[in-house]
Amino acid sequence: MTTTKTRDPAAESSRPAPQADLPRLGWRGGLRYLWTQLTSMRTALILLFALALAAIPGSLVPQRRISPVRVADFINEHPMLGPLYDNLGLFGVYSSPWFSAIYLLLFVSLVGCIIPRTIVYAKALRARPPKTPLNLVRLPAYAAVEIADRDHDVLDRAAAALRRRHYRVDVRDDSVAAERGYLREAGNLVFHVSLIFVLIGVAIGVLFGFRGTSVVIVGQGFSNNLTQYDDFSAGARFTDGDLVPFSVSLKGFDVKFETGPVQRGAARLFRADVEVTDGPGAAPRQEILEVNKPLHVGGTTVHLIGHGYAPKVTVKDAQGNVAFSGPVVMLPQDGNFSSMGAIKAPDARPERLAFEGFFLPTAALNEEGPHSIFPDALNPALFVNVWYGPPKVETGKPENVYSLDTAGLSQLKEADGEPVRIGLKVGDGVNLPDGKGSIQLDGWVRWVKLQIGATPGVPISLIALGFAVTGLCLSLFVRPRRVWIRVRGGEAARNVVEVGGLDRADARAGLTEDVAELAAELSRRPEDVSPR
Amino acid sequence: MTYEYYSSLALVSSVVVYALAMLAHAAEWAAARRLGVTKPAARELVDVVAAEMRRPELAQTGPELVEGPDQPDSGLAVDSENDPAASRRVEQFGRIGVALTIIGFLLSVAGVVTRALAAHRAPWGNMFEFTITAMVLFVGVYLILVWRAGLRWLGLPVTLLAAVGNGLAVTVFYVAVAPLVPALHSVWFLIHIVAAAISGAAFTVGGVMSILYLIKKRAEERGTVRGYFGRLPDSRRIDLIAYRFLAFAFPLWTFTVAAGAIWAQYAWGRYWGWDPKETWALVTWVIYACYLHARSTAGWRGTKAAVIAIIGLASFWFNFVGINLLVSGLHSYAGI
Repeated sequence: MTTTKTRDPAAESSRPAPQADLPRLGWRGGLRYLWTQLTSMRTALILLFALALAAIPGSLVPQRRISPVRVADFINEHPMLGPLYDNLGLFGVYSSPWFSAIYLLLFVSLVGCIIPRTIVYAKALRARPPKTPLNLVRLPAYAAVEIADRDHDVLDRAAAALRRRHYRVDVRDDSVAAERGYLREAGNLVFHVSLIFVLIGVAIGVLFGFRGTSVVIVGQGFSNNLTQYDDFSAGARFTDGDLVPFSVSLKGFDVKFETGPVQRGAARLFRADVEVTDGPGAAPRQEILEVNKPLHVGGTTVHLIGHGYAPKVTVKDAQGNVAFSGPVVMLPQDGNFSSMGAIKAPDARPERLAFEGFFLPTAALNEEGPHSIFPDALNPALFVNVWYGPPKVETGKPENVYSLDTAGLSQLKEADGEPVRIGLKVGDGVNLPDGKGSIQLDGWVRWVKLQIGATPGVPISLIALGFAVTGLCLSLFVRPRRVWIRVRGGEAARNVVEVGGLDRADARAGLTEDVAELAAELSRRPEDVSPR
Repeated sequence: MTYEYYSSLALVSSVVVYALAMLAHAAEWAAARRLGVTKPAARELVDVVAAEMRRPELAQTGPELVEGPDQPDSGLAVDSENDPAASRRVEQFGRIGVALTIIGFLLSVAGVVTRALAAHRAPWGNMFEFTITAMVLFVGVYLILVWRAGLRWLGLPVTLLAAVGNGLAVTVFYVAVAPLVPALHSVWFLIHIVAAAISGAAFTVGGVMSILYLIKKRAEERGTVRGYFGRLPDSRRIDLIAYRFLAFAFPLWTFTVAAGAIWAQYAWGRYWGWDPKETWALVTWVIYACYLHARSTAGWRGTKAAVIAIIGLASFWFNFVGINLLVSGLHSYAGI
């Protein structure tokens, strides 16, 4: 009933309450009600569930940020579902409004839970342990012993015994109240506060960080400015001036694959020899870049995240002039590095030439056509189709270097109308039909994909994670307990010492024994108590 | 004859022995049917206190470090005079089951050790190796609990899971010995995977207990605690032990995910990339966070919390088996 009212507290206050017997909340009360609801444990539970559920589709549906190609494939294959998913944000779950809403609400709820609990805890730290209950015998653990002779100091001894056991002790008239396990709630608060700091660290990384990749051919280099990146993404607060002006020169790249019968073709070694120059004028230093060993330059890290082949090709035009010569980066399509790419010779005259096809490091032919059967270059070959067309006006429009835009081009065909297919081994060259020119495979070279990035918030998140795990352990393993001890006058100058105990966490642990042990200790004479 | 051969031999044998142990425990349960109906409800509270008094050792320490003398479980006191012969049979089958489990455990330890010797490295490089290691930890924890705390009543589900786990490992997940892919050459390989295996074992024990808890609680509420369930501790105690395991596993799992993030920062240059494995690790973490919150929320304790714990276990195992086999991602180390 009240939920309908609080959903629109402003409207509610402007018209009479539907039922007179309900107390009017007003907009302030409505907000307070909403806040109480949001910060309740039940809401936190539901939000946690929602977070778990919302995270799942992102692991099953391809994600744009991880594999844009698979997203495009998915949309092509599912004409109905594709656009629907797209509208729902299922291709970018983790940046979608609904996912963000869940975790932001969760963190608001968290803050709303932490603040009052911190205040309560701060008060509890200063407060005396709670008053001794009237009936200790009603507590979950209870023991009583008689003391043989009159012992006025028994309460002091009880206090000392409890202090030795790390209790906070408060001696009252005829009783001692003691409590321990304050660290449990401290750990709990530290854990939850740490989670907020983890998120802050992540947010700083997202806002101020950047990440980009660059393909570098062996023998060539990379210098850290925006034009050298193949793709680049940065946070809202990142500026180009944040790029450290270093450069990396790739001297060599070793890669080894499994040649034995088990997991044949699996990678066994990636190792890049690089020369790093920290800034203009700095002396170059030799470094080795491996998969788990990134380079650190200033606050920027350089990771080796991929590699592939670049066939070295020379293309001559119909007039016999070299129209293109050099390595062409091709992108691996499968685990055996069948690599696809395009060779473009826009300067060929009278007609420009272009080639599209595969580089196969270990070529084999079967009914499926040419493909690679091993990732290392044991039998390299290049298979291409040929395209030609009138020279293109230089537009300056960026184009994809890895694929061929065949607009304005015609495919070169045999007399029988079949497209011309050219297969080349290293050192082979062929003349194109109709005297259109020639192509030669001079050799091949490897390239590596470098990922260059900076995530400034990482130290904050890391330290916060350390605190989170420590706090979590405290909050789960520290067991708060209260113990009260009272001395009652018994018959004939004998006193009865009562000990009662109460555990405040539900994992009850040895309370009965501790209480019995305390009682036993107090029943002994002071001189019998051996100092610990 | 190589280490690899002996490893396979030991593991296949362990599957057979675990299966036999499972049969023995099944016979134990079957024999307990003769023991009749246990009087429920009225003695519950007394039992909890009695159990607490008799077995302080379990209560005081974490699940991994249980100390104290071996004592019969509190649940065993029930109705043993009803049918002494049946009671003796239950005891015999139970002991046979535990003895076989110990043999199976030793065989699977031998299998893991010889596998490591064959590979010249820590045996955690692929799904097969992770499974056999996790099973050693799982059964190891169970045997410690049997020895120190008399939790033999876990025998049937534990041996069932161990037989299925190692059985899947040697049939479906099996890959021959091979060196590691370069991404795994890191000290975090040891830290991340050991933490994952230990927390996985503890999640599994906790999940099994939560299932037993639900069955027992239902029987208690209907007043139909029959046969072997009469020998189980009362449901509140099962719930408490399950909680201890999950409370132990949760910080360790937090650490596993954190260690994975640190490693990912080294290996891939980003600490979190929503790789399917990472996503499901987070989902598992959040579900167990739900479990811990549920236990301290009125109206969510008991049955609901136990169901959440079981969902958490399902999510953990889906992350391990399902994600490895069905979804491609950066954690594709199964090698199958």
